[in-house]
Amino acid sequence: MLRPDLAIIAANVPTGARVLDVGCGDGALMAELRAKGCDARGLEIDVAGVTAALAQGLSVIQGDADTDLADYPDASFDYAILSQTLQTTRRPDLVIEQLLRIAPRAFVSFPNFAQWRIRMALMFGGTMPVTKQLPARWYDTPNIHHVTIDDFRGFIASRRITIEAQWFLSGDKMTTRAGANLFAAHAVFLLSR
Amino acid sequence: MDDRFGLDRNVTLPGPLKLDGGAVLSPVELAYETYGTLNADASNAILICHALTGDHHVASNHPITGKAGWWVRMVGSGKPIDTDRYCVIAVNAIGGCMGSSGPEALHADGHPNAMRFPVVTISDMVRSQALLMDHLGIQKLHAVVGGSMGGMQALSWAAHFPDRVGAALIIASTAKHSAQNIAFHEVGRQAIMADPNWRGGDYYGDGQNPSTPPDAGLAVARMAAHITYLSEQGLTEKFGRRLQARDAKTFGFDADFQVESYLRHQGLSFTDRFDANSYLYITRAIDYFDLAEEFGGHLANAFKGSKTRFCVVSFDTDWLYPTSESKSIAQALNAAGAAVSFVELTSPYGHDAFLLDTPGFDAVVSGFLRATC
Repeated sequence: MLRPDLAIIAANVPTGARVLDVGCGDGALMAELRAKGCDARGLEIDVAGVTAALAQGLSVIQGDADTDLADYPDASFDYAILSQTLQTTRRPDLVIEQLLRIAPRAFVSFPNFAQWRIRMALMFGGTMPVTKQLPARWYDTPNIHHVTIDDFRGFIASRRITIEAQWFLSGDKMTTRAGANLFAAHAVFLLSR
Repeated sequence: MDDRFGLDRNVTLPGPLKLDGGAVLSPVELAYETYGTLNADASNAILICHALTGDHHVASNHPITGKAGWWVRMVGSGKPIDTDRYCVIAVNAIGGCMGSSGPEALHADGHPNAMRFPVVTISDMVRSQALLMDHLGIQKLHAVVGGSMGGMQALSWAAHFPDRVGAALIIASTAKHSAQNIAFHEVGRQAIMADPNWRGGDYYGDGQNPSTPPDAGLAVARMAAHITYLSEQGLTEKFGRRLQARDAKTFGFDADFQVESYLRHQGLSFTDRFDANSYLYITRAIDYFDLAEEFGGHLANAFKGSKTRFCVVSFDTDWLYPTSESKSIAQALNAAGAAVSFVELTSPYGHDAFLLDTPGFDAVVSGFLRATC
């Protein structure tokens, strides 16, 4: 079973597209995209993920989204994908600029730090939230730039980037756009410039 | 039975092979082996290119040492390079000493070529292998695979014959030999040429006189080079400062330390199986390797429009061809829009890791080769 945000992305990438999956992990989404005839390439920092993806015959480069996206030529892909990786990068703003340089369209998914469970945990617990979506503790979390849906929308509006489509998830169920910043655990955006 | 295929094959092809240095090689003698069976449409051939001191005995016993082939852990039935699935071909590089054209091979006058043999390049080796593929009826290789100097050949294959290479697997290698690497090779060559037995390369002997090769010089060359194939961590783990079969230092210059004894053994045993002049020629070919230079100074130009799939593998303790070299290959391939994978694997064994059991390595090799284009 594909992770729900990846399933949304897989369903919305057209057959035959050239796709760069940044932070591709073990290549689960790439394998799905390959099955529908896409030319999928990946970038992944973790050697275990890269090895697992290569063992499936996928094309993956071991590298860092913060530094290595600069190596890709302009408009060399139809879609760039950044799934649950944005919040782990040192400069999410520059990474998004790179995505939209490499491809005219980019899918970006991330966990919403303003979801009510997280708000409650912080408000009543007084500690950094540890939830099902964000299981790491403050000191060992890879998520160094927590972001909310409203933060993301604000950033997008300030950069003359267009939101082509957006999806919101609570667990593995879709949730509505209204009140997403409070209710959605994850968001998926399709961006273009 | 097609006698072009099998173990221990030798073929003399007419050529002519125009060499980068301007000379022409004709005929071209090639020693090679094949494993597995070529399928009906000749689409399952994998060429394995060997490293500096390797040869075509990839997975068969070496005729001189009797030891198992140098990549028997990787090549065979059910192994990552599966001979049940692929027809694996390995060729002794020209300039070598295991049956292909080189300094030890006989000149038209009946004497060994010695230093009359022209200096060859990595790309010359590749062009000679392309002649062999023509001879074997293989238009397009499923893959070209190589570690170290073999990786250089795999890169050169993909650059010079893009339509003949489905996939290229480049392991612990580089697109250009660095100043430090050239320096180490020069130390080795000078050790050989400083040996009084070298005699301008003319040491092979004839009917009356026995061969008196410069073994001392070749052994020193091998010792120096062997250090570059290992890592400090590997040497420390294997030998530390332990003494060799003695309880105390001798206050002399015998091989007190295990590491000395090991290196001396490596040097001496090498002279049994390798020709000193070939060592000069092959190291020179590697020194001259700078693939970008062959393509206007930009490595990406070598792969413009390439349909070949690439996989570049490095090892974290390899300081001979460090990860940065592999990354720059991957970057150039990326810039050219080629389908490229790159991974740095973890091993304590330095450059030699490509010959050894390294976690994740086998899965990467078999996964990459099995993927459809």
